Amino acid sequence: MTRLEALTRVYPQLEQRIVVTIMGAVAAELQSIGHRPNFFYLQHAMGLASSIGLGIALSKPDRQVIVLDGDGSILMNLGGLTTLARYRPKNLVHVVFDNESLLSVGGFPTATATGSDLAGIAAAAGVPRTAAVSTLDAFTRAFAEALAAGELTTIVAKVEAVGPSAYVTDLSLLENRFQFARYLRS
Amino acid sequence: MSPVSQTNSRIIYDALKASGVRLMSALPETWLVHLIRMAEEDPEVTLVRLAKEEEGVGISAGAHLAGVKSAMLMQNHGFLASINGIVSCAQLYHIPLLMLVSYRGEFGERDPWQTAGGGVTEDLLRALRIPFAYLDRADHVAPRIAKAQTLSLSANKPVALLLCRDLMWEEA
Repeated sequence: MTRLEALTRVYPQLEQRIVVTIMGAVAAELQSIGHRPNFFYLQHAMGLASSIGLGIALSKPDRQVIVLDGDGSILMNLGGLTTLARYRPKNLVHVVFDNESLLSVGGFPTATATGSDLAGIAAAAGVPRTAAVSTLDAFTRAFAEALAAGELTTIVAKVEAVGPSAYVTDLSLLENRFQFARYLRS
Repeated sequence: MSPVSQTNSRIIYDALKASGVRLMSALPETWLVHLIRMAEEDPEVTLVRLAKEEEGVGISAGAHLAGVKSAMLMQNHGFLASINGIVSCAQLYHIPLLMLVSYRGEFGERDPWQTAGGGVTEDLLRALRIPFAYLDRADHVAPRIAKAQTLSLSANKPVALLLCRDLMWEEA
């Protein structure tokens, strides 16, 4: 499965929900499918997308929040998984696309390439629902189940280490940030 | 009894509440114990206990985007640990942060391990162009917290208040 295929498959379910992504390929690919004012792309601060998702989920308990994370990013904030698990917001679904590499900076392998198990780490941190998937159908099913579960879920989706040809898009960072805040407050 | 001032902690806490703060992130440190307990016991405030202070930048950013006012309670070493998040999330995206930083390692510090961080805190705040003020007397607390938050929100940027020994610690 590629990340783009996975994003395309669940895009209809992202359309009306609050979405926070990490930088790089995830942000560029989601924008290539279609940007929406309810999508925020954290184009730096690796590791903090899940923390931003937690801040939004706690502040907007009546809205579902989806965080689209990556192996390189979450490895920079593994402690944040324990914080997510501690508050376990029922309205947060945490997807980690695991391509076992730092794709945008040369494809060097991350620790998941040598066996670190992010779904296992999330479960051991106390995240109440976790799933590890490696096919498009399994991902689609796990995502739908997580949306319906009403319980904090981390889904680790193994994806191929392929990305878009370019990472910079024509959406400026601040335009995205103010549009997203206006959406959340409306 | 801890020599951390309960009276002045209450003044700080009430000023944060009066400024509309409804979410606080914290990582415990000695000077913050009363503030954290007050947040814990306050049904109007969501307290988020962190594993590392940089997470608090993301949590406050999320709260701000969603329209909730927040504050971060940390030691100056927690500020040091948060710098990448402050720069590459809050400053890059013009997000206000109200950081209350316990200023360990200044005059009077007895713990040798706090002294290195104390010596670089202000230089780092200046290097990052983060406006800051001292909270060193009880009568400063409420107006400085209110004004710090006003600037943070109007400028959309992080600001810091340094919680000083003279305010936080009652032992002579």
